[in-house]
Amino acid sequence: MIDKQATKRKNLISLIAVLAFLALVLALDQIIKPTSRMYMLLTVLQKGSVYALAAVSMNLLNGFTGLFSLGHAGFMLIGAYTYAIFSIPSDARDTVYQYFDAAVRISFPELLGNALGGFGTALGVLISVLLAGLVAAVFAYLIGLPVLRLKSDYLAIATLGFAEIIRAIFQWKKLGPVTNGSNLLKNFARCSTFKLELGGTTLSLSTFVPVLIATVCIAVIVLLVNSTYGRAFKAIRDDEVAAEAMGINLARHKMLSFCTSCFFAGVSGASMAMVLSIAQANNFKSAMTYEILLMVVLGGIGSISGSVIGAMLFISASEWWLRGLDSGTFLGINAPDVFRNGFRLVVFSIIIMIVVLFFRKGIMGDRELPEVLGNLLRRHASKPAVKEAQGNE
Amino acid sequence: MSEKKNVLRLDNITMQFGGVVAVDDLSMEVNEGEIVALIGPNGAGKTTAFNAITGVYEPTNGMVSFLGAPVVRNHPQGKMKKQYKGSNAEKFASDPVLNPTPDKLTALGMARTFQNIRLWKTQSVFDNVLIAKHMLRTSNFFSATFRGNRAEEEKQREEVLELLKIVGLEDVQHELATSLPYGKQRRLEIARALATKPKLLMLDEPAAGMNPQETDELTAFIGRIRSEFNMTILLIEHHMDLVMDISDRIYVIDFGKLIANGTPEVIQNDQRVIDAYLGVEDDA
Ligand SMILES: Nc1ncnc2c1ncn2[C@@H]1O[C@H](COP(=O)(O)OP(=O)(O)OP(=O)(O)O)[C@@H](O)[C@H]1O
Ligand SMILES: [Mg+2]
Repeated sequence: MIDKQATKRKNLISLIAVLAFLALVLALDQIIKPTSRMYMLLTVLQKGSVYALAAVSMNLLNGFTGLFSLGHAGFMLIGAYTYAIFSIPSDARDTVYQYFDAAVRISFPELLGNALGGFGTALGVLISVLLAGLVAAVFAYLIGLPVLRLKSDYLAIATLGFAEIIRAIFQWKKLGPVTNGSNLLKNFARCSTFKLELGGTTLSLSTFVPVLIATVCIAVIVLLVNSTYGRAFKAIRDDEVAAEAMGINLARHKMLSFCTSCFFAGVSGASMAMVLSIAQANNFKSAMTYEILLMVVLGGIGSISGSVIGAMLFISASEWWLRGLDSGTFLGINAPDVFRNGFRLVVFSIIIMIVVLFFRKGIMGDRELPEVLGNLLRRHASKPAVKEAQGNE
Repeated sequence: MSEKKNVLRLDNITMQFGGVVAVDDLSMEVNEGEIVALIGPNGAGKTTAFNAITGVYEPTNGMVSFLGAPVVRNHPQGKMKKQYKGSNAEKFASDPVLNPTPDKLTALGMARTFQNIRLWKTQSVFDNVLIAKHMLRTSNFFSATFRGNRAEEEKQREEVLELLKIVGLEDVQHELATSLPYGKQRRLEIARALATKPKLLMLDEPAAGMNPQETDELTAFIGRIRSEFNMTILLIEHHMDLVMDISDRIYVIDFGKLIANGTPEVIQNDQRVIDAYLGVEDDA
């Protein structure tokens, strides 16, 4: 069948593109030094991949299942803390838990690192990351149990409330032995310490690791969305009554989507802790959820590549391109009176408003990048392709 | 004629919304291989009866049995106890309440179409039918995500294509479901219902909005479904030509109440039916 072959070829091209991208990131990680002006690119890649995963996981729920949750920051917080708590090496524990007696006395990267060497450390990090996702998913399950039976608006309210409450609870003194109260968690296995010894040379992995985590997770979400379960999610989004009439168990499938979305939110939280080298509850305000929602809307609700593009553009703009607006010089114009602290936010908000107004459906709509690129290529190549075909004969 | 097996049976189904009794003490049965029609004027309660049978609504009173076993059962409870205007309030009072969600009933073998077409509008014609196969899967969430279910997926896709050929929609399979003309959308809804491999097919006004020619085609099509799939069919319809042409038996309701039932000949000559329904020209 021609259809099948075409799909296979497309999948292969996507796979090669992703591998090439990962290789490029690994190379950049070595070439760009922290002192370089281009170092901002690595920062953007690190933070961008964290937010890209967060946005894609939110899109799975909001865009593909039609359930509206506003608790993403809360689930990321749970992920960040779970990862941090289970990755602090024993000799750093007392400095981190200054005012408390640390209750969790296990560090997976350390434990497995001691047993298996460098490979063990990586495995330990992986286990802590998966645990971060699982704990977030368990919380999602507990919230979903009562709330998912109600009309979908309640989910937004309940998750928003949950995120606020969880932020308070994690700073609660009584939980200090676990969460370190309102003090931050640090010194856990983090990006700046990820290195690979290869025959005498040391490879830095500080950008590669968060990018890899995001890439793998997003690939899994793509697989899910295109599976029979993903199709069922879309049916629920399009028409819940019809979905139920066609034998799709709404409660079960909504729960599946919600828990999966929160699992990956938890993983992105862990990844954020790795990138920032700290975990602090106060960073996970609902404003973070709104930022992620904005990335999803910017990229296009129901488009995974759209969410990635939305997140990358958002982070590039806020962290890099518009930086000058806050520090006196922008595009070579030096006007410290105008370009001072806070101006960046003003410009940023205006840009966002313009984009949302003029790209109603986001940058990608509900299409995906391979499809859009394929169409572009075909349009461009249509004339030369005829010549080539004749030449081949 | 040999004794036919009972597929669907309604006992004293009453559906009351606040003070409005939309379906009133309706009892009926559909036997294996039959095409049975449910007719009545606008607002008579036909769609409401469908919804009470398929689990969309919880009936206020009465019992639905499917393939010989009770699947839905209720009696007036709580606030409804005082408000209840129907009859037989005590008949099921001591039986356990059964209130399954629609998907459970679909899993048992009921499949329906909707009067106001409810296709999944962002999905292709092919995917609309394929999604209805989701409930028949044996693969779990993980194996499906990581493509451990290739064989099953392949088989389901072949079945979908087969089905689309039967209903004559294979040439538009890649198109968006909602881009089809009205008549084809109705056919697609039937194909989607058939994809769940039902024992009972319930059609809510399959010919609504069709011209006489399309209606004739649909009549033949429904007949073909019965013979090809050995299907039992319960249908709601206002087009009397279609109803009289293909129904084995007809139930007529008015203001929620059953006013007549019998073969098309009997119904056509029933004075009450003529007065309530057939007498007035109605082509809604
Ligand atoms: N959810 C509901 N709440 C309140 N009243 C309802 C509800 N659903 C239906 N009804 C009422 O029940 C009555 C029967 O409606 P129904 O849709 O079953 O009629 P119908 O026989 O299908 O008519 P038509 O031929 O126009 O489709 C109407 O008076 C309607 O207003
Ligand atoms: Mg109706």
